[in-house]
Amino acid sequence: MNLLTPDPGLLFWMVLSFAVVFFLLARFGFPVIVKAINERKEFIEMSLISAKKANERLASIQAEGEKLLADAKAQQKDIIAGAMQEKQRIVQAAQDEAQISANQMIEDARKSIQAEKERALQDVRNEVASLALDIAEKVIGERMKDEATQRKTIEQLIDRL
Amino acid sequence: MRIRLLIYIICVLGFVAPIKAEENLDVSKLIFEHLGDSYEWHITEGAVIPLPCILVNKSGVDVFLSNKLEHGATYKGYHIAEEGDHEGKIVNAAGERPFDISITKNVLELFIVSFLLCSVVLGVARWYKKNGYKKAPGGFVGMIEVLIEFLDKDVAKESIGHGYEKFSPYLMTVFLFILTSNLLGLLPVFPGGANLTGNIAVTLTCAVTAFIAINFFAPKSHFKEIFWPDVPIFLKVPLPIMPTIEFIGLFTKPFSLTVRLFANIMAGHIIILALTSLIFVTAQMGSAMCASMTVVSVLFCIFMNCLEMLVAFIQAYVFTILTANFIGLAHSE
Repeated sequence: MNLLTPDPGLLFWMVLSFAVVFFLLARFGFPVIVKAINERKEFIEMSLISAKKANERLASIQAEGEKLLADAKAQQKDIIAGAMQEKQRIVQAAQDEAQISANQMIEDARKSIQAEKERALQDVRNEVASLALDIAEKVIGERMKDEATQRKTIEQLIDRL
Repeated sequence: MRIRLLIYIICVLGFVAPIKAEENLDVSKLIFEHLGDSYEWHITEGAVIPLPCILVNKSGVDVFLSNKLEHGATYKGYHIAEEGDHEGKIVNAAGERPFDISITKNVLELFIVSFLLCSVVLGVARWYKKNGYKKAPGGFVGMIEVLIEFLDKDVAKESIGHGYEKFSPYLMTVFLFILTSNLLGLLPVFPGGANLTGNIAVTLTCAVTAFIAINFFAPKSHFKEIFWPDVPIFLKVPLPIMPTIEFIGLFTKPFSLTVRLFANIMAGHIIILALTSLIFVTAQMGSAMCASMTVVSVLFCIFMNCLEMLVAFIQAYVFTILTANFIGLAHSE
C-alpha cells in the first residue's frame, strides 16, 4: 500500500530538515537554555545558603545584643543598688553626725543651764543671805554687835531653811 | 445557553448539508487522499495553494508549479498518474517516476514545523542570552523552560544517567519536532492539517536518528552484549540463537518506534475524518437522520480531537522516553 512505503522525496526533505533543525537547536538553542537554567539553579542554591548564613549571623548578633543589654541592665542595677547604699550610708552618716552634734548641743546647753542654775542659786543664796542679813540686821539691830557672831547665826539659820 | 446555541447551529448545518452534499461520496478515497501526500495544498473549494514541483532526472532538474498539472494536464512530459503503482504521483510519459523532491503538502508542513521549532527555541535561547540567569522567565518562555527542564532532567538524565548531556539536545529536538507536528496535524486549516507524523517517511527518519543515537555512541560493552551475551554457552556456540535475537533486536527497536508513532497518528486522523464524513454519508438518508447524525458526529469529533491532543503529547513523550531508555541500556555496564 502507498501509505506504508516511504516516499523518497519526503524522506530526502525530512532528513535534510531534521539535520538542519537538530544542528541549529543543538548548537545555539538547547545548550544556552539548559546552561541558563543550571546557572540559575546554582544561583538560587547559593542565594539560599548565603541567606541562611546571614540569618544565622543575624540571630547571633541578636543574641549578642540581648546579652549586652542584659549585662547593661545588670550593671545598671548594681550601680543603682550601690548608689542607693551610698545614699543610705550618707544619710545615715548625716543623721549620726546631726545626732552627735545635737547631743553635744544638748549637753552644752545642759551644762550651761546647770552652771547658770548654780550661779543663779549662788546669787539667790547670796541675795537671800544679804537680804536675811539686812533683815536680821534690822530685826536684831543692836542686839548683835559682833558681826562674826551674827554671820554664824544667820548661816545656821539658812542651813535650817 | 451556549450549548443550546451550539446544538441549534449544528441542527441548521444538518439541514443545509443535504443541499450541498455530493452524490456518491467516496469516503475512503477522501480519507486516503488526506492521509497521503499531495502536490497542492487544498484548503477549501476554490482555495488551493499550488506548490513547486522539483523533479530530478538524467537530463536535469525540472521546476514548475503544481497547478500546471491540474485535472490530468501534461506539462514538460509529466503528468500525475491516475492509477497503477504510482497513483497520485508525478510520472513521465513512459510512466516512470523521476527522483521527485517536490515541495509537497507534507514537505511544506515539514518546513513550517522546522521554522516554528527553530524560531521558538532560538527565541527562547535569545531571551536567556539577553536576560541572563538572574531573571526568572514568565509566560511563554517559562512554559518552554519547564518543557526543556523536564526533558533534560526527567527524561534524559533519569534514563541515561552519566553522560546524558551529549544526548539531551537530540532528545529535545525529537520530542519538540514530533509534538509540534502532531499538534499542527490536528489543526484543520492552512498552517496545519497535513498528516506529517502519520507519514512513514517522517517517522522512519526519526527512528533512524534514534538508531544512530543508540548504537553509534555506545561503548564496547554494548556490542559485546549483542554478539557474546552473558547467557549459557549452548545458547550461542553451536547455533548463535541469542546473538541472532539480540542482533534483530537492534533493528526491531527503531522499527517499533517508527510504526508506533506512524500508526497512532494515522489512526487518529482516520477516526476524525471518518466521523466528519459521517455527516456527508448520512446526507442522502434524509434531513432528520442527517441532522441527528451531525450532532453525534460533531460531539464525537470534539471528543476525538481532545483525545488526539492527549495522544499528540503521549506519542511524542513515548518516542522520546523509549529512545532515551534504549540509549541508557546501551550505555549500562
